[in-house]
Amino acid sequence: MTIRTEMIAQRPAPDQTIGALAWLRANLFSGPVNSVFTLLGLYLLYLLVAPTVQWAIIDADWVGTSRDDCSREGACWVFVKMRFTQFIYGLYPREELWRVNIVFASFAVLVAWLAIPRLPFKRWVAVVTLLPFPVCAFFVLYGGVLGLPLVETHQWGGLMLTLILAVVGMVAALPIGILLALGRRSQMPIVKSFCVVFIEFWRGVPLITVLFMASVMLPLFLPSGFGVDRLVRALIGITLFQSAYMAEVIRGGLQAIPKGQEEAAAALGMNYWMRMGLIVLPQALKMMIPGIVNTFISLFKDTTLVMIIGLFDLLGIVQAALSDSRWLGFSLEGYVFAGMMFWIFCFSMSRYSQYLERKLNTGHKN
Amino acid sequence: MAARSPARSAGPKPPFWRDRAKRALIFQTVLIAAVAAFLIYIVGNTQDNLAARGITTGFGFLTNTAGFGIGQSLIEYSSQSTYGRTFLVGLLNTLLVSGFGVLAATLVGFTVGIARLSPNWLIARLANAYIEIFRNIPLLLQIFFWYFAVLRTLPSPRDSISLGEAIFINVRGLFLPEPLFESGFGLIPIAIGAALVASIALIIWNRRRHEATGKRIPAYWISLALMIGVPMLVLVGTGVPVTWEMPELRGFNFRGGITVIPEFLALWLALSIYTASFIAEIVRSGIQAIPHGQTEAAQALSLPRGLVLRLVVIPQALRVIIPPLTSQYLNLIKNSSLATAIGYPDLVSVFAGTTLNQTGQAIEVIAMTMAVYLTISLLVSMFMNWFNARVALVER
Repeated sequence: MTIRTEMIAQRPAPDQTIGALAWLRANLFSGPVNSVFTLLGLYLLYLLVAPTVQWAIIDADWVGTSRDDCSREGACWVFVKMRFTQFIYGLYPREELWRVNIVFASFAVLVAWLAIPRLPFKRWVAVVTLLPFPVCAFFVLYGGVLGLPLVETHQWGGLMLTLILAVVGMVAALPIGILLALGRRSQMPIVKSFCVVFIEFWRGVPLITVLFMASVMLPLFLPSGFGVDRLVRALIGITLFQSAYMAEVIRGGLQAIPKGQEEAAAALGMNYWMRMGLIVLPQALKMMIPGIVNTFISLFKDTTLVMIIGLFDLLGIVQAALSDSRWLGFSLEGYVFAGMMFWIFCFSMSRYSQYLERKLNTGHKN
Repeated sequence: MAARSPARSAGPKPPFWRDRAKRALIFQTVLIAAVAAFLIYIVGNTQDNLAARGITTGFGFLTNTAGFGIGQSLIEYSSQSTYGRTFLVGLLNTLLVSGFGVLAATLVGFTVGIARLSPNWLIARLANAYIEIFRNIPLLLQIFFWYFAVLRTLPSPRDSISLGEAIFINVRGLFLPEPLFESGFGLIPIAIGAALVASIALIIWNRRRHEATGKRIPAYWISLALMIGVPMLVLVGTGVPVTWEMPELRGFNFRGGITVIPEFLALWLALSIYTASFIAEIVRSGIQAIPHGQTEAAQALSLPRGLVLRLVVIPQALRVIIPPLTSQYLNLIKNSSLATAIGYPDLVSVFAGTTLNQTGQAIEVIAMTMAVYLTISLLVSMFMNWFNARVALVER
């Protein structure tokens, strides 16, 4: 019997299992059926991508100031370029745009602070974002104080209005949603049934009827001579609608907390609000964040419906620009631009929510 | 807590605000009072406002003549019909587009969801791209895209795109041949019914025999053959009592056949494509939720691949898939109300739009519209609860 004393030198892996060719064989051409599917897929890709690239990039017009500069076959991006400021800010006065920029820049900083896990003082930043910031933002945007000229809400529009509607709807819906979720789990029968009816009602009707209701019926509900701004009416509708969805997300998070947590807190002599505020909600929040981000994404997409009641959000202002007689026939360009804006926002938010889900999945589930 | 512990009751009686039952009573009384006061306030204001505008409340307006036309109607409708009739027309149109939407979204969604799990890298990527593109763009934008950027740029009726000179598509819509049933056609539904009964009987007999003796025949294939074969035989036997009415170009538009208006097409395409992207994700996660051990255990029992899927994986995956799937169907039905943006005559567009504007009966109209959607939602959630109870895992 011989005993080998030195290691055999490593041999390279078989040619068939490494390299691009092997990858192709394993993933694209592993059998006749698979090969056919791959070829079909490639053909489909060619059918879709080639004309798109041709239209959007190769044959497109990029420079110029009027529709006469769009002489080529492809897309006329000049249209989007000329209308860009309007698409983003609506009819906000051109010389006052810095106010919008300041508000959204500071909002971006606050949100980024909250979204990046490493940064400290999360709680204080959250408090600032939820309480003083919206008030300041409103006064900066609306004006009428500190010598800022007044900008009526009907001049607000474009992406700016979309963001305002989504963010305000979300922030206002959060506390109502928490109360509704707690109420739905309450043992008091009247409180519970009130919350169930409220939640199921708003979840059962389409947002568009809610907006119709807010714009047609709200003026009837209020004392005569008490006019409500159209934007505020839309916001009330969106908030009520959103709070019901939020309540269900929060209830899901609350249900995931073991009952022992609340019982332990009760054993320490805490009252209801202390048990909820200090023990249950902070733990439930962890489970709720992905759900909250997801409802925010659907709210963000749903804000487009306000154009039906006459507000000019991003889609509304694009649609209005398309009917401009100087720029007829560029609907595809307008929709592609609006679609890309929405897509970038929604896609990055959904990626963030997936990242959070992975990060927060600390392995307790299974 | 206090009420439940007899040890406490020996001590001095706690003040009433420490007593949970009394506190709950007070709190709920206050809540009822607040809600009631709010409602009374609103109702009072509304009555004042309506009186000031000279609008009489009540549902009497439903019997008045509507006086406007509707582009697509499944039941007989003319501008002489009543407002009540507009409600029905709108409701049926909503159900029509929702039904077709649910069908198409399910087909596309399941296909894409399964393709997403394909071992073929390219197919999986393509399915993923489909999902990520379409679910991250607002539905309204997609409806506008199909309506204004695609269907509105189609050629005029004279230059229609045609498929075999039978199907035409142009800026006015899609024109299909319409089957006209002749006298002998009454036998066909009877034949279908007979085939259905025979198939069910065959399947039950096969199952009993399988359980008793272990032998069985491919009953599903035989019943499929029955379902197709018997009606076909009857059709040929009676001399094909169906003629097709072809759409024909007369003047500026097509006459005859079935006309599908472009508003319907745009709404249906957008709803199906958008909802399918969500259904695909549900299907994917439903299938992935089944532990691989289940498949392996079934294979260890030497079940063939088809039976592994049919008896082990799919029943378990459906338990995960069906509840979110029904809520997607609900979303689709609610989203069909976006029809109003492109003028498809659905419930919201016809009834909460034109009828409301003509009559000014905002409260009644909006209440009726919301009631329809609420009823649909409640029916679907009742079904979902029933289904969940039926398929729920029986645990210790």
